[in-house]
Amino acid sequence: MSRRFWVYIEQEDGKVHPVSWELLGVARRLADEVGDDSIVEGILVGYQMEEAAQECLHYGAETVYVVDDPAFKNYLNKPYTVALTALVKKYEPEVFLVGATTLGRDLAGAVATSVGTGLTADTTHLAMGVIKENTKKLLLATRPAFGGNVIATIVCRDHSPQMATVRPRVFNPAPRQAEAKGQIIHETFEITPDMINAEIVEFITNTAATVKLEYSDIIVSGGRGLGGAKGFELIKQLADELGGVVGSSRACVDAGWIKYDHQVGQTGKTVRPKLYIAAGISGAIQHKVGMQESDFILAINRDPHAPIFDVATMGIVGDLYEVIPALIKEIRARKEAQNG
Amino acid sequence: MFHALVSIKQVPDTTNIRIDPETNNLIRQGVPTILNPYDAHAVAAAVEWKRKLGGKVTIITMGPPAAVTSLRECIEMGADRAILISARQFAGADTWATSYVLAEVINEIHSKDPVSLVFFGKQAIDGDTAQVGPGVAVRMDLPVVSYAVKIREVNLEEHYVIIERKTESRNEVIKTSLPTALTCEKDIAEIPYASLPDLVYSLRYEPEVWNAESPITFDPAQLGLKGSPTTVFKTGTPEKHSAGEVFKVTEVGLDGVVKTALDKILAVEGMASMLGVQK
Repeated sequence: MSRRFWVYIEQEDGKVHPVSWELLGVARRLADEVGDDSIVEGILVGYQMEEAAQECLHYGAETVYVVDDPAFKNYLNKPYTVALTALVKKYEPEVFLVGATTLGRDLAGAVATSVGTGLTADTTHLAMGVIKENTKKLLLATRPAFGGNVIATIVCRDHSPQMATVRPRVFNPAPRQAEAKGQIIHETFEITPDMINAEIVEFITNTAATVKLEYSDIIVSGGRGLGGAKGFELIKQLADELGGVVGSSRACVDAGWIKYDHQVGQTGKTVRPKLYIAAGISGAIQHKVGMQESDFILAINRDPHAPIFDVATMGIVGDLYEVIPALIKEIRARKEAQNG
Repeated sequence: MFHALVSIKQVPDTTNIRIDPETNNLIRQGVPTILNPYDAHAVAAAVEWKRKLGGKVTIITMGPPAAVTSLRECIEMGADRAILISARQFAGADTWATSYVLAEVINEIHSKDPVSLVFFGKQAIDGDTAQVGPGVAVRMDLPVVSYAVKIREVNLEEHYVIIERKTESRNEVIKTSLPTALTCEKDIAEIPYASLPDLVYSLRYEPEVWNAESPITFDPAQLGLKGSPTTVFKTGTPEKHSAGEVFKVTEVGLDGVVKTALDKILAVEGMASMLGVQK
């Protein structure tokens, strides 16, 4: 029997969350690490899923199992948990990866409990490896703990599937192939009244949540060094000038200067933009774990010993209230030189 | 009667944890333990609704004896009863084994004194898993509303609750029947100032202690390290990144640092065209 590496394909209104493609990419690598008989498969639950299922094949899923029913139009914990539990019991995958998103964490925790297996949360590194000689390869799921001060590798020895939620933006997405190879298998599923224990009565569009920090190429973040909520106006100006978005350290969110949706770090978002500017951020480990994979990090801080300089590509020791306006002026000057 | 149950955890204050640079070990000594911040807001919400509807708030925690400090803090905030679940057999539990014990305990409490809402913080700051709340809900077959930001209505006559929760792209308003489990964001309620009577009461309050044998018994195979499907294979410290060049405004001048910074930024692949500026 093939060893199945499963990826939960997260979608909202038919739009697939990009973390799903990242997971298909990492699942492919893990499957290759154990050998030829292993296959990568996607699990898709929702309503009117034809297009999304096709996309999964383009992104390298060899099989996509689709549960397509009006009852699954919007995500609700119980019906989704019941459906996934049934699929896991039917196909017995060896590994099951879910995005560590709001939805994914809610779902994976429930599915693992319902199936009776172990789940490692919020992983940032995955590999297949033996932990004892002459035993089969296990999923080595590595994650930060204690606010990012420690990294722990966790295994699930005797239960299956070996489940993990995986942080968005940590792995590269699988390359999209022009040709859609593989098969789509529709799973029919009987919806019983006891599966419906909650009802969505209203949706509220949350403008703050539209800050797509994880998938932005340019992020300008402010920290405690801003001195107050007003400092974010300057951060926003620089972000606008660069066509980027505003990020923040936890300290500013805790102080109420900016909303949580902007928080970068262990308890916020992991980001890996092309350009990350950290202004007035000292660089606690909790912040660094969320941004240190950025391509270029510019740190601006008055304290030459600030730990943020340890991960910065370039550091500026100086007052951000002098440096940022000068930076904005210089960018404008160069744009004008270009256009004029 | 309204009966809120809040499951809390006492955690090391992770913002104060440091690594010993020589041994790479966690320096736990001198690190204060605190009531998990999200749990504190969950307690605040439970107390707020008790004040509106009458009834009571019960707090439970699984942890070492020292966790009574956090239980007293909850009493100080206005909770009525606190239970410490503590035994050597529980040690080393992962989220699966933890949710087993909590679900058994809550079922026992619920059988004597029916519970309306089961509160959790959205996650604990030491493990950051966010798995225990949904796990307990599944074991008890309760509806679960995670990432709750607001409780709009609790209707005891008609047995429903309306809760607003946050997702990545929007907020959802969810109606479920009581009892319901919820995991709370900080927005769920402000931490209240302790009233003098609550403060005085908390100082003398002795939480009940439940262990592995009494007042309920557990399946030993599902407890602690032994009952945990996941185990820690190894631990380490995060990889160090190499530091780049640092320029001081006082040495290079404002104009110099800004020009250098922009030159370097524009040298990053794709950057120049994104900014609409030439290298």
